[in-house]
Amino acid sequence: MSLEISQAFADAILEQSRAEYPDECCGVILGPVGSGKALRHKPMLNAAHSPTFYEFDSKDLLALYREADDNDEEIVVIYHSHTETEAYPSRTDIAYAGEPGAHYVLVSTRKEIAPATEFRSFRIVDGVVTEEPVTISG
Amino acid sequence: MSIEVRIPTILRPYTKDQKSVEAAGATLSAVITDLDANYAGLGERLLENGALRRFINVYVNDEDVRFLGGLDAQLKDGDSITILPAVAGG
Repeated sequence: MSLEISQAFADAILEQSRAEYPDECCGVILGPVGSGKALRHKPMLNAAHSPTFYEFDSKDLLALYREADDNDEEIVVIYHSHTETEAYPSRTDIAYAGEPGAHYVLVSTRKEIAPATEFRSFRIVDGVVTEEPVTISG
Repeated sequence: MSIEVRIPTILRPYTKDQKSVEAAGATLSAVITDLDANYAGLGERLLENGALRRFINVYVNDEDVRFLGGLDAQLKDGDSITILPAVAGG
């Protein structure tokens, strides 16, 4: 298991995390069903507007799944930012992880490592977190 | 009374991998009881202490059931229910 993602998407996610700081940012990358390819980036609104929590708006969530269905797409990546802690799934992230097939990407913009950033990917299945390598391609 | 219920990936182990199942009931509560009778264990994944779980979203047609009376939401023949896990975390 590993995640392959374009440099442009990785940059866009980090850019979004800085733009929405101090709130956590979130979004998805979709790809054709069964392909596992992260091809279409869709930033989402953090309806919680919080530095310690994120949640897709309920209507946005339904629209997202409908749209994916209509396009024969699935959610390949679900990402969010941690603003003050490392890019590792929190207990809440693990408790609410509802897409066993998705790559859960965490980015961190915490001050201790600035100007560097972290960009990591995990599988979260039945409460078990497994980190996976990330390949960022041109 | 037949209601289509769309099942998210994470709950498909309960429905033998079916994306969509049929259920019966005049309210959401009745539909969940019916679902649990046919797909044992599904009810518990949707309810906690008799209420809908906070991080499970249920829609009737296009509307979140929280705005339709929750478990008391009234259903009619041909309605479609969609269950989606919230995308959320800390």
